Order: sequence, then C-alpha cells, then structure tokens
Amino acid sequence: MNTKVRLAGVELKNPVMTASGTFGSGAEYSEFYDLSALGAVVTKGVANVPWPGNATPRVMETASGMLNAIGLQNPGIDVFLERDIPFLQQFDTKIIVNVCGRSEADYCEVVERLADAPVDLLEINVSCPNVKEGGIAFGQNPEALRHITQEVKRHAKQPVIMKLSPNVTDIAQMARAAEEGGADAISLINTLTGMKIDIQRRTFALANRTGGLSGPAIKPVAVRMVWQAAQAVQIPVIGMGGITCGDDAIEFLLAGATAVSVGTANFANPYAARDVAAGIEAYMRKYQVEDVRELIGAVNQD
Amino acid sequence: MKVREYASVIEQKEIAAGIFSLWLQTEQIAGEAVPGQFVSVYSGDASRMLPRPISICEAEPDGRLRLVYRVAGHGTEEFSRLRAGETLEILGPLGNGYPVHDILEIPAERNLAQFSGKSGNDDPAKRVLLLGGGIGIPPMLQLARALQAGDGTKVQIVAGYRDELFLTEGLAAAGKLSIATEDGSAGTKGNVLDAVREQGIAADVICACGPKPMLRAVKAYAEENDIPCWLSLEERMACGVGVCLACVCQSKEVDGHSHVHNKRVCKDGPVFRSTEVEL
Repeated sequence: MNTKVRLAGVELKNPVMTASGTFGSGAEYSEFYDLSALGAVVTKGVANVPWPGNATPRVMETASGMLNAIGLQNPGIDVFLERDIPFLQQFDTKIIVNVCGRSEADYCEVVERLADAPVDLLEINVSCPNVKEGGIAFGQNPEALRHITQEVKRHAKQPVIMKLSPNVTDIAQMARAAEEGGADAISLINTLTGMKIDIQRRTFALANRTGGLSGPAIKPVAVRMVWQAAQAVQIPVIGMGGITCGDDAIEFLLAGATAVSVGTANFANPYAARDVAAGIEAYMRKYQVEDVRELIGAVNQD
Repeated sequence: MKVREYASVIEQKEIAAGIFSLWLQTEQIAGEAVPGQFVSVYSGDASRMLPRPISICEAEPDGRLRLVYRVAGHGTEEFSRLRAGETLEILGPLGNGYPVHDILEIPAERNLAQFSGKSGNDDPAKRVLLLGGGIGIPPMLQLARALQAGDGTKVQIVAGYRDELFLTEGLAAAGKLSIATEDGSAGTKGNVLDAVREQGIAADVICACGPKPMLRAVKAYAEENDIPCWLSLEERMACGVGVCLACVCQSKEVDGHSHVHNKRVCKDGPVFRSTEVEL
C-alpha cells in the first residue's frame, strides 16, 4: 500500500499535514505522539519581527467549530530559525513554514531569511482575516495575489504554497491568479470570517469583534472550494477545513486535493492529525486502494 | 506528564445552586496533579469541540479526582448530568500549579509590622493566606491540604461567595476559614479583601484564585504590603496545552514563547507570581 504523495517535488510519506496556527511548531503535540507519523508539519505563521497578536478573548466555541482572532502572535524569524526549525529537524517529517507579513517587503524578507534553512516548502499566508494590514488584503484581489506570488517567488529558494482565503466570490479565479503568479501549490481554505455576540452581556464574544470560523462547520464549504480550485489549476491543491478523521480527509482527496491539513481538530483531540493518517490507511484497506494517489480527484463526475 | 484518559464517574452532587462536585476515578491524572493545576474536560457531543478547562479541587493518590465547577453553558450542563459509572474524557494534569515547596520555604514574620496587634511575635508560624473567590474557591482545598503538611505553617483561608456557601466543611478542616459574602448572609459583607481587612488577617504569603477584578485587587494589596503572592488566572482557552495562543495574559517580562509580553495562561500559568503579570 502506498501512502506517499508528491507536492511540488517534495515527497510526503503520507498526505497528512497540520494546518498553520493549530500546531505551533510541533513542540506541544510532540508530547503526545511522534511527529514522524505525519507527512509534514506546517508551522504557525512567522513574520520578520515578533507580533503580539490581538486582545483577549481571542477564541469562542461555535456549533461544530470555533471562531479565532489570535492575530498571528509569533516570535519572529530570528527566534524561529534558532529554536523551532532545529526542533522540527528531530522528526522524520517534512517542514513547511507558514510566512506572514504586513507588506510585500515583510513577506520577502522572511522568505529570504529562510532560504538557507532546512525547510522543505513555504506556505504564504495571504488569507488571515484577523490582522489589520497584510494577511487577507493580498488574498481577496486576484491582481494583488498574482503580484505578491511573483514577488515571493523571486526571493524564495523553496517551493511556494499560496494559502487562499474562502472569503472571496470566485475561488477558481483566485486559484488561477496564484498559479499565474508562479505558485508551486495552493492550500485552502483558511477560515471564514464570522462573528458571535454574547447575548447576556450584549457584547462581541471576541475582542476583535470578528474572527475566523473553522472546524467541521465549514467542511462542506471547504470541499466545494477545493473541488472548484482543483478544476481550475494544474498545480497541486492542499485541502483543509474541518477535517477530524480519515473519512473527512478522503473527501478532500476525492475532490482533488493532493494533501490535506488537520487544524481545529487538534484542539478537540491532541492525536487528531495522527488519527487522520491512520484513518486514511484504514479506508484504503477497506476499499482495497493500493495507492493513495488513485484517490486524488477521483470523485465520479458522470 | 499530561495524559488523556476516559475517567469513570464515582459520584456527582449539586453542592450549591449551579455548582457541582464531580468525583472521578483516574488512572494517572490524580496521582500526578499538584495544587492549582487543571484538566481539560471534553464534551461527548462532537458539535462542542473545545475542552472546558476545570480546576482540580482534590486529587488523591489512589486516583480519585474531584472537580467542583459551575454550570456556565451547554458543555458544563452536559457534565452536570453525568452519573456514577459513566465515563468522561479528560486531559491533564495541565499547567503549572502553586509552587508549594517555594511557598513553604518563604520565611515567616515578614510583615508583622503592618498588622496592628493581631500577630504576636510569640507565634513564629508562617501564615499562608489563601483567597478564593466564587468558582476560584475549589482549588484552594487541595492547596490548603498540601500546605498544611509544612511544619510551622498556618493556613488561613478566606472564601468569598456571592450568597450561597459551598465546600466550607472541607475548607474548615484544611485551615482556619473565614467567609465573605456579597449579600452579607454569612461572614464579612463584601469580598475576600474586605474580610481580610475587617478580620485583621495577617499573611506572610498569599495565594489567590478568582475573578479578574478580585485578582487585580489582591495583586495591588500584596504588592503594597510587600507580601509574596501567587495568582491563578483564567482566560478563554482553545487547546489547553499552549499551542493556540488564545489564552494569553500580559506579562511584565518578554515571554519565552513568542518573545512579546504574552504569557500563556494554560501552559506558563495558570498560576503566576503576582509581580509577573499585568492585570
């Protein structure tokens, strides 16, 4: 049985990765299981300098999901290079660094600093709904997305994944813009912008007022968008949004994803990403699938 | 070492309106828990994804774990319906508790001067003052028991309630108990610090857990009086293990994780030195 997939020239032992921001740089969940069980670890977004993030409360549970507005708190690239990358090198898993910034120059600076680091892939976060500058501003306009993709590609040594926002009218158009800009892969979906109001206090539940909705509540939206994006581009698509088990991951593969990321489910189950990898194998055994790649985009379109 | 367990319910009782006492049988968690730590409690309903962080009230070496919690929403309401023999998914013990050893090392009679008359020099015992407000009261029980084991340590507990009392029997057995109630129905009318002032309670060390306004006042009181003080903080959490960076508090020094001024309540706390955090 083969579970290996190739993503922009990088071979993953299985299609399961972690969604940025839900796994730190792996240290905390490595206390629960060996991260070598995963195809790749995608780190929390890292910027050129430390970011303090938003005021609290930063999270709120919602039906089958949650809202977050962390605001990309991160230690900046210096600490990250010194501490987080060497930590991840202990494991037999690929390292994907998620990069955030407030301007094109910020993104390019981080990407350049990572050029000589033992990093397999870069994921560019142009879809965070919770920061005032940067983030989603680059991810909601096809021209801006194409431009930043080109700029990042000029500075990047590693293959580049552009992480797309679902908060757009036409996801296929955004996927094509990333591809035209030279992206080696795209990942989607980031969170959907949402809001919750505390009716007892009559206040916004989050200090930031709006937050990003994630979890199983958004999975059908994610599967639909992954399918539309996969139809629109030739580059590989990484699917995510509400995956909690192997069966969920299979849906994304059938929709056209080459790999999948497990996000919010990590908070509900510290073993979630490992369980998803095991669940994919269980599905393959049950349906006698010899090669996981047979499943990619294999939804019957008749 | 934090572990996930499916604990079995030994007994559950409503000990005051909306306040439940839940005894669980655990494999490892109770045996490893120190006072001030918490557990993540998971709902049996997959539509409620995030664990509820609940402080540990008592932990016995035989694996029995007691949680005393307030029903605050659908998740805790679900837990309150659990009956003996049912199971509950929990993860723990989590966070850093009160540093019992360090607290016992602090010398006595640091602050005799400011407390008029009450504390005689003939009594050399160190006075540890535990302040619990509302649902911050339960962790004081395990802490009081642990501190009682220290030679020459006097444990004074002040429990502050809105109106209805709970856990008073256990607390009275674990230390000298004073009570404050907001409605004045028992003890001092007012909050825990009103009781401390009215009853002239002296302290060499303070440990507190309760709502943020109370902790803010306790922090100011401890710092004004130069009393070493530990506070247990609460903040809305998602993961409970230091990953998501939701439950941060403002720290005086740059934090070790993100190199800003945000310590993680779940991982770096929930117990902090009062001087370490800005409230």
